[in-house]
Amino acid sequence: MIQAIAFYLFAFLVIASAVLTIMSRNPVHSVLWLILAFFNAAGLMVLLGAEFIAMLLVVVYVGAVAVLFLFVVMMLDVDMAEMRAGFIKNFPLGIAIALVLLAELVLGIGALNAGALELGTASGENAPSMANSNIENVGALLYSKYIFVFEVAGLILLVAMIGAIVLTHRDLKTTRGHQNITKQVRRNPKEATQMKQPTVGEGVEL
Amino acid sequence: MIGIEHYIIVSAILFVLGVLGIFLNRKNVIVILMAIELILLAVNINLVAFSAFLGDLTGQIFAMFVLAVAAGEAAVGLAILVIFFRDRGTIAVDDVNRMKG
Repeated sequence: MIQAIAFYLFAFLVIASAVLTIMSRNPVHSVLWLILAFFNAAGLMVLLGAEFIAMLLVVVYVGAVAVLFLFVVMMLDVDMAEMRAGFIKNFPLGIAIALVLLAELVLGIGALNAGALELGTASGENAPSMANSNIENVGALLYSKYIFVFEVAGLILLVAMIGAIVLTHRDLKTTRGHQNITKQVRRNPKEATQMKQPTVGEGVEL
Repeated sequence: MIGIEHYIIVSAILFVLGVLGIFLNRKNVIVILMAIELILLAVNINLVAFSAFLGDLTGQIFAMFVLAVAAGEAAVGLAILVIFFRDRGTIAVDDVNRMKG
């Protein structure tokens, strides 16, 4: 009973905040609704017994991705009224396509429920052990069977990080203290120093 | 009792809302990226639901990788957005025609 109430609460909130994410006038509000959607999706995953993924969702999405979105929205000073221009025009087409897509998905679920399709069953190979918590089970599987896939995921994040830095980094030539390595290496004593024989009482002109 | 169908329906609705978001905000790249995040969230809910109801942890592992790819995609997408805005002073998708594609 309490599970059903929690499920319907989270499900309603996740859908409502998704609607508000795509409908909001202000992108900052969109980001905040997105955060609410992620929180409620995390709640749904806790109900499913996947605590680790739920916490990961909160940490990664709310902590990193949503804050990144917020930064970008606030950094770019865009004209919001102009951004909304095609909203009404695109509404009928968008709704039509969304309804067709939803109908197809419902049809698929209906076909599955009618018993027309044979749903595969798990081999039991990666079944969670009831003695351990979800995090222990996920960790045991992740660091043994899926270790190489895990490392590839790390590599993807590294490439994304380097890509983001390379794209946004501005090489400020005018900044004081900018190091020109070529110039520095090519410097030799003949050009850099000169001998002077100043007479007493007179300065040296450089 | 809450069965797997409930979760599938929630994730189907979320997926459709993400697609709708891309259509409705055709001009605003930031909201399009957020709609893509919603779509990936729907996929993650589906993966975790199947993982829980079939008693197989692979779905949760896979959801983690989807999460990693989504984070990388958001980072690179927003970086492209920032340099585009720096260059053109606007983020309207309709103006993205420099490559004449």
